[in-house]
Amino acid sequence: MDFLQNFDWMLLLRCFVVGGLICIIGQILLDKTKLTSARILVLFVTVGTILGGLGIYPYLVKFAGCGATVPLTGFGNTLAKGTIEAVKQSGLLGVFTGGLKASSAGIAAAVFFGYIASLISKPKMKKQ
Amino acid sequence: MNSPIDTKKDYQEYVNQKSPNSPIWRNCLNAFLIGGLICSIGQFIFSFCLYKGLDDTAAGAIVSIILIAITAILTGLNLFNKIGKIAGAGSFVPITGFANSIVSPAMEYKSEGYVMGVGAKMFTVAGPVLVYGISTSIIVGLIYLLFNAQAVLV
Repeated sequence: MDFLQNFDWMLLLRCFVVGGLICIIGQILLDKTKLTSARILVLFVTVGTILGGLGIYPYLVKFAGCGATVPLTGFGNTLAKGTIEAVKQSGLLGVFTGGLKASSAGIAAAVFFGYIASLISKPKMKKQ
Repeated sequence: MNSPIDTKKDYQEYVNQKSPNSPIWRNCLNAFLIGGLICSIGQFIFSFCLYKGLDDTAAGAIVSIILIAITAILTGLNLFNKIGKIAGAGSFVPITGFANSIVSPAMEYKSEGYVMGVGAKMFTVAGPVLVYGISTSIIVGLIYLLFNAQAVLV
């Protein structure tokens, strides 16, 4: 297949390693601190947004592709990137519109598929 | 009370003494492998979208949607929780964890109704993530505006 011949396997390797390392950070926080997974997710998004705003995270995205964008820090980076781009275009209004506009696909998909899954699923039997 | 485990600190030391050291290495290895694998699946989809002529933004959005859809299906089939038990942070740090945190309570609280059950409980974890993510991004935007006011407002 043409696609596989042109595929950047080194990028895939960098993606695997960086994505895996970000997950290891999460795992260490989970095992070695009292942070719950919800708090870790909040922490990762916040850190990703700050690193995105500082312009550091985009370098990681350039280096590792989806290894940097798929973890939740990448979600934060998308928020920051979208906000900054919108500010460039429409100033103060962009501060409020940019973040959600850029991350809308993920949020909308999660809400929609979550709702569908709840419609289809049968309620689990509660353990006595 | 004369028990040797009087304080929380003593108890913590006792637990540390008794619990084996190896699990954290195993957990980290699992998190690395499964987290890396999820990102690699994303990379495959991303590269394929670029190959089909889409731009970065559209490709990124499609990666999110597909990974979220897969997570929703796996959560619905009760498989995601099983993966999560092995993968730990490897499955909840990627966007799949965000999706799972919405889908899982949506299913679980169905019995409490579709509005205050499914609709409200969906955001138990995702709500805080969005609150802090969006608020931080607004602060980032304001600071950017402050430092580039002339460039933007001319």
